[in-house]
Amino acid sequence: MDEFNSLIPFKQRAAGPLTASGIEILQINVGYRCNLECRHCHVEAGSSRHELMSKKVMEMCLGVLKENLIPTIDITGGAPEMHPDLPWFLEQCAGLKRRLQVRTNGVILLEKEFAAFIELYARLGVEVVVSFPHLDMKMTDRQRGNGIYNKLIEAIRKLNDRGYGRASSGLILNLVHNPGGAYLPGLQNSLEEHYRRVLQEKFGIVFNNLFCITNMPIGRYLEYLQRTDNYEEYMSALVNAFNPATLANVMCKTTLSVAWDGRLYDCDFNQVLGMPVNSGAPENIAAFKFSRLSSRRIVTGNHCYGCTAGTGSSCRGTLAQSSNQESLGYTV
Amino acid sequence: MADYYEKKDLADFANIGEYSPTLGQKYFDYYGEATNAGALSAREKALIALAVATTQKCPYCIDAYTNQCLSLGVSSEEMMEAVHVGAAMVAGVVLAHSTQMRKIIKKKEM
Repeated sequence: MDEFNSLIPFKQRAAGPLTASGIEILQINVGYRCNLECRHCHVEAGSSRHELMSKKVMEMCLGVLKENLIPTIDITGGAPEMHPDLPWFLEQCAGLKRRLQVRTNGVILLEKEFAAFIELYARLGVEVVVSFPHLDMKMTDRQRGNGIYNKLIEAIRKLNDRGYGRASSGLILNLVHNPGGAYLPGLQNSLEEHYRRVLQEKFGIVFNNLFCITNMPIGRYLEYLQRTDNYEEYMSALVNAFNPATLANVMCKTTLSVAWDGRLYDCDFNQVLGMPVNSGAPENIAAFKFSRLSSRRIVTGNHCYGCTAGTGSSCRGTLAQSSNQESLGYTV
Repeated sequence: MADYYEKKDLADFANIGEYSPTLGQKYFDYYGEATNAGALSAREKALIALAVATTQKCPYCIDAYTNQCLSLGVSSEEMMEAVHVGAAMVAGVVLAHSTQMRKIIKKKEM
C-alpha cells in the first residue's frame, strides 16, 4: 500500500468511516484460474493459478444463503467455468430462488469443454456478465489477448441465439466496459448507447446493460501504470474526480465478498490486497453472522478512490448520476 | 518560461473564477451546457473540442480532450481524423486569406 501513501488519505476525503447497510449481494469468488491473462485483471488470474474454492466452502456459502435472505448471488473468478464443481454449485444456488449471476470472460464459452454452460445458464436463469473492454478490436485484443475480440463477438452471438440479451426471453446479458489504458471510463449511458448502436450495426448482436468499471490501481494494472510512468497521473485523476455522492452507493455497503478459501472481504479488491473484514466482524464464511457483518465497518484504503471517482464504479457499473464530464477530472 | 504550461495546472482550471466568482460561475454554467450531450452526442462534442484544442494549440485542452475521447471510447483513428479536419480548416483559413493578397497583387501590378 506504500504506493498510495503520498495522496490525501481516502478516509479523510470520505469524511469518516464507511459502514455496511446490509448484505444484499454475496459475491463468491470460486478461484483465480482462468484461460486468459488479461492485462487489466486485478485478480491476476491465469492458467497457472491454482486457488480453487473447495466444495466444503461452497457448501458453507449455500448454508449461509439458506439461512439468510441475501437477494443476489454473484459468482466470479478467474473464469468460474473452470471450477469443476460449478455446475453443481449453480444448480444448488438456483434452487434457492435468488437472483443469480455469473461473471464470465465470454470466450471460454466457445471452448468445447465449456460450451454446455450456455445451456446451463439459460436453464437456470443465470444472469451472464461478460467482460467487453472496448469496441475497438485493437484495444480489446491488447488488453485481453490476440483474437479475443472476434471470439467475444462469436460468444455473444451464441448467447443471443440462446435468447440472452433479447427482450422477450427474460435472459439477461450484461457487458462490462473498462478503459484500455491509463484513463477513467466515460459516462455509462453515453458508452452504453454507443456500444448498443455499433454492436447492432456491425455484428447484429444485442445485450441488456453496459456496466462501466474503473480500472483499480492494483495487481497487473498497477504494474502497468508504474512501468509506463502513468501511475502518478492516474492517481491524480482519480483523486481529482473524487465524488462524495458515490459514497452512499459504493458496493461494499451492501456486498460481502467470499474468497476461494472462505475468507470474507468487503470487496473483491480488498480480497486481492489481503485486507479482510475487521472491526470484530467474523472473517470467515464458517463463522458468518448476519447481524455483525451487515453493519460492519468497511475496511478502506486509497485504492477506494477507484470506486468513488466521477460517477463511481462498482460491479454493476456507475453509482451516481452526473450531467456533465467535469466529474472525470479532465475538463478544461 | 519554465512555469508556463505545467501539467499540474490543468487541475487549477476549477479555480479560474478566483477574483471574479460570479463571472467564473457563469462561464462554468455555459461550459457545462455547451459541452453536455444534446442534439450532438458527448463523443461528437469531445471530438469537436479536441479539434479546436489542437488548432488553438492549448496544451491543457489537448490533455483534457484526448483523455475525454479515450474515456468515451473514441478510437485513435477517429481522433486523428478530427485533428485532420482541424488542420484542413486552418489550412483553408490561411489559403482563403490569400484572396486578400491576390487582390492587392492584381491591383498593384502594372
